[in-house]
Amino acid sequence: MAKISLIVNGNPVTANVDPRTLLVQLLRENLRLTGTHVGCDTSQCGACVVHLDGKAVKSCTTLAVMTDGHEVKTIEGLAPDGGPLHPMQEAFREHHGLQCGFCTPGMIMTAVDMVHRKGHELSDEVIREELEGNLCRCTGYQNIVASIAAGAKAMAKSDLA
Amino acid sequence: MYEFKYHRPATVRQAANLLVKNEDAKLIAGGHTLVPVMKQRLASPPHLVDLSHVEGLDTIELKGRALAIGATAKHADVASSAAVGEAIPALAELAAGIGDPAVRHRGTIGGSLANNDPTADYPAAVLALGATIITNKRRLKAEEFFQGLFSTALEGDEIITKVSFPLPKKAAYVKFRNQASRYALVGVFVARRPSDVRVAVTGAGSDGVFRVTSFEEVLKKRFSPKVLEGINVSPEGLNSDLHGSAEYRAHLIGVLARRAVEAANAKG
Repeated sequence: MAKISLIVNGNPVTANVDPRTLLVQLLRENLRLTGTHVGCDTSQCGACVVHLDGKAVKSCTTLAVMTDGHEVKTIEGLAPDGGPLHPMQEAFREHHGLQCGFCTPGMIMTAVDMVHRKGHELSDEVIREELEGNLCRCTGYQNIVASIAAGAKAMAKSDLA
Repeated sequence: MYEFKYHRPATVRQAANLLVKNEDAKLIAGGHTLVPVMKQRLASPPHLVDLSHVEGLDTIELKGRALAIGATAKHADVASSAAVGEAIPALAELAAGIGDPAVRHRGTIGGSLANNDPTADYPAAVLALGATIITNKRRLKAEEFFQGLFSTALEGDEIITKVSFPLPKKAAYVKFRNQASRYALVGVFVARRPSDVRVAVTGAGSDGVFRVTSFEEVLKKRFSPKVLEGINVSPEGLNSDLHGSAEYRAHLIGVLARRAVEAANAKG
């Protein structure tokens, strides 16, 4: 077992983990942050995307022990409980960017990372290319792309990063 | 995933000692090849030596006529590095096309090269640009480093520390993605170097990355897509599977090489 300390959604966390524990397991099973999903479990679908030191990563392909001393943000950490939604979450609600919702946490974490790197004015081409690693199996991506474009703009006027 | 012991060295020397002490230990940096194969139980190393906490191993710097990229530099770092973009833009573009954004935030150049996946992108750049792989023990030329499918000249306790790329006059990488996996079905890296031209192909060869000398010879005389017309690549030794026959891959090599030369010329 390995003792690790990290920051999750702004809170210090310590855990005693078997080194083969995946970050997504630590989040879901130890910390009960079940907003992060396991979809394909093979680093392709993006349902498990979280931010590690501010960058989107696939938590199903990251060993928890390797995040020792680092900072993780999950979908639960985007906006405070009971407060208004994060502008990207709000944009997905407003533009109907989901049907079943399974891929949505990963889509939103990828979208927020995309805005951090690419700015607030995102063309459809950029959004679609950046979504290479996120799969939605309900329907087309039309409303997801529209949600991200709107959410990106809204983030420019929001205090929530 | 089977159980393993986890080690976190602070220096390359400590990491090398751990490799000597623990037989069958594996290095991990970004883990974007190793973790998936461990999850599938295709690999079960009893020890993992984590290089991600070794400081200074991910430095990217331009030194005279060579670009040195640290082994744990992530694909996203290479893609967005101003030094890479200025010195070898084709290399930045290649890195920006590996996997997807989340994968690029974890995967490293050293990991990609040490794994030598026959469909990986970096081996084509390293071979075409005539890069040198620098380890904790020695310097290896690209052509001695790659030794067939998933195998390299690296010894059991040898660790890649950086890769040094001599600056080309022009270069470009063009790949044709497998529609399902998005890996290169065929990828061609063309480099016009001060003294010669090199064409390296990934994805197609049943023995991993290789050079197309018939293309190199004519491109050395005249660096134009026109000179490649009519020169066929033999399908012998190329992969044939449900994604494409050896003949199809051979045809793609010619098409992509012409596109790469055109792209390299367009960059000026």
